[in-house]
Amino acid sequence: MEIEMKHISKSFGNNKVLRDINFSIHSGEVHALMGENGAGKSTMMNILTGLLNADGGEITVDGKKTTFKNALDAEQHGIAFIHQEMNNFADMSVVENMFLNRELKKGFGVLDTKAMKEQAKTALDRLGVDISVDTLVGSLSVGRQQTIEIAKSLMNKTQVLIMDEPTAALSENEIAKLFKIIDSLREQGVAIIYISHRMEEIFEISNRLTVMRDGLTINTYETSETDVKQIVHDMVGRDMGDFYPERKPEFGKELLSVKGLNSGDTFKDIDFSVKSGEILAFSGLMGAGRTEIMRGIFGVDKLDSGEIFVDGEKVEIKTPEQAIKHNIGFLTENRKDEGLILDGTLSENIDLPSIDGFTKKGFIDEKADKDFVDMLMKRLGVKAQSSQDLASSLSGGNQQKVVLAKWVGSGAQILILDEPTRGVDVGAKREIYDLMNELTDRGTAIIMVSSDLDEVLGFSDNIVVVYEGKIQGEIATKDATQDKVMTLATGGEINE
Amino acid sequence: MNNAETKKKFSIGNFYSKLGPLVALLVLVIFVSVLNSSFLNINNIMNLLQQISINALIAFGMQFVILTAGIDLSVGSILALSGAFMAQLILMGCPPIFAFAIGMITGAIFGAVNGVLIAYGKAAPFIATLATSAIFRGATYVLTNGNPITGKTMNNDFSFLFLGQGYLFGVPFQVYVMVVLYALAYLLLHKTTFGRKTYAVGGNEKAAFVAGVNTKKITIWIYIIAGFLSSVAGMILTSQLSSAQPDAGTGYEMDAIAAVVLGGTSLAGGKGKMFGTLIGALIIGVLNNGMNLLGISSFYQQIVKGIVILIAVLLDRKQAKA
Repeated sequence: MEIEMKHISKSFGNNKVLRDINFSIHSGEVHALMGENGAGKSTMMNILTGLLNADGGEITVDGKKTTFKNALDAEQHGIAFIHQEMNNFADMSVVENMFLNRELKKGFGVLDTKAMKEQAKTALDRLGVDISVDTLVGSLSVGRQQTIEIAKSLMNKTQVLIMDEPTAALSENEIAKLFKIIDSLREQGVAIIYISHRMEEIFEISNRLTVMRDGLTINTYETSETDVKQIVHDMVGRDMGDFYPERKPEFGKELLSVKGLNSGDTFKDIDFSVKSGEILAFSGLMGAGRTEIMRGIFGVDKLDSGEIFVDGEKVEIKTPEQAIKHNIGFLTENRKDEGLILDGTLSENIDLPSIDGFTKKGFIDEKADKDFVDMLMKRLGVKAQSSQDLASSLSGGNQQKVVLAKWVGSGAQILILDEPTRGVDVGAKREIYDLMNELTDRGTAIIMVSSDLDEVLGFSDNIVVVYEGKIQGEIATKDATQDKVMTLATGGEINE
Repeated sequence: MNNAETKKKFSIGNFYSKLGPLVALLVLVIFVSVLNSSFLNINNIMNLLQQISINALIAFGMQFVILTAGIDLSVGSILALSGAFMAQLILMGCPPIFAFAIGMITGAIFGAVNGVLIAYGKAAPFIATLATSAIFRGATYVLTNGNPITGKTMNNDFSFLFLGQGYLFGVPFQVYVMVVLYALAYLLLHKTTFGRKTYAVGGNEKAAFVAGVNTKKITIWIYIIAGFLSSVAGMILTSQLSSAQPDAGTGYEMDAIAAVVLGGTSLAGGKGKMFGTLIGALIIGVLNNGMNLLGISSFYQQIVKGIVILIAVLLDRKQAKA
């Protein structure tokens, strides 16, 4: 069997997510798919599995033009998708999970438990794993749960198996087992599309690989005929332009430093420091642990161990309340979830961390409070009719400015900005950068977590790269290149 | 502003949350007074105010709780237990003024128990207060042995009886208590940082926490307020009846929740005004009083009250969706 995608395109509104996709897969190969977040991998896979319809282009199966009407249609063509987030029901047994919604029946609606168990066992045997079909799925390790998903899809006479970041949650031992399973499936003639950020794995397991960027398939290689350097170049190689305002940093004293921060398996031995006037970027792939480190520092999540120094003095931070007392502010990555009270007014949002400072004899000094909020809205250029507008009525960019106003108003000297420009339009982006420049000119230290590599390289002074919960390297932005950061972000080393 | 937003402003749910409670109260008052002219009689008005004061006090506390998207089902039991506790103290010879104070402190402590279970135990408010409601009620039966607590010391003590039976300038004393506590609750909710943080916790607890609000502390204090106000209601009821009844306050949580919801406060938290709750308590009071005047059987009264609450909740849902 051979599937080909030719000139596939797809837009959401005005946003062209896929521009020209050319991709093929045939029986008995593992074809790796690589690209940065937002390159279009998921959209492309959703089209292949019938979840989305393409705007243009065609899909052929064994040379015959085919359109998958929906997910079920794709499934009947033998295409199965194992998502990063697994769809198992923890409180049901292995066999119940495998036959969910396609239970075998004896008649009168009575389940044919015996037949289901036999078939489930056969499917698991085919993968060479020894799991009792009566075990509750929730009691199995993540790796085992994944195996169940694979076995489940194989019962469908699957010919094409798509795996999205299958090793993200697996231990090394489990990865080795998974690769054995993949090898045996390949020998049985299954075609596998393997999506991963991890270079070593790609080179170990794949026969061919395709690199995507900005909705285009850039190149397809025989894995044996290419190298990491080439792939990284293909993944990031684009011009930056001068979209970012110039940085003219003047560093002052060290405002924040952390030593040996640990939190379970999420991150280990984190040391770094940031100076007054500096923008320190945190780069890395999604799930590398950057956000979790910041949440630990700000007291949102608990740290297992580690020391935090503000202005050279060791401080105790167990809650955001304490962090704010030490003049730290934190713009969270998820604005609607943790940044804003959407049903609250702009005023209620902006003065929340500072409200205790606006009391007279126990009551809120309404006038001082209003002046304060109006001043901040003006300074940050929040576009709204009044401070009594509801936060939910603003655009994404303006909402982000409201959250920023909150922290500027709290007098934070150390600002942690997690994805400050995500979901923000180009104009507001530029305004946010200008504001960051203004803040650092006044001596604020900014830590900017960003998944946008352009932004990291275009608008920071130093870059810390996190890989799998560890700091893989730190580079001055002026010496950094996309290749260098990407190499570190995928677990590589830079040899100067 | 685009068309859809303009339209939203005039939706029925939105209208109800702003002016609805007041309009509903006025319509109700006109309706009842047309059918029975004695409704507007000054004696009846005083009677009405006296009748609503207990429910209103509990509802003021319930308002804080519901603003944080919580619920307190134990208010009726706290009322009974703190009332019985106070009565026992008076029988033992404690001066009423101290007995009141101690009774109210115990009410606050029972509220704190609820708050700690919810804030630190992370128990769902509904379940936590359902359980403590049973515990407090059981404790009341233990304390009273299942019989009303009463006695000469209580029946003859002026300061004890004045709270629930006395008049000052022709107005029942408990109405003054309600008005003063309304003013305090209003100021606390709308004019202090505590009130602002209450709204923040109800609007988005996670965002409030990240913004440095001590959400656990706020939660505990809110249940303390609810417990405290329930015990004040308990003092008044005990005085009014000259005795502490073991089953006092049964079902009072429902009337309090109804008053809050009728007053336009969203059960989803974060939205609602103290004034609305006062109006809500008045609506329930006028309904009860009016139906009594009109000679409607108490069986039907239950049905009418249920329907009114249902309508208010449906309007609340409409508003939440808009």
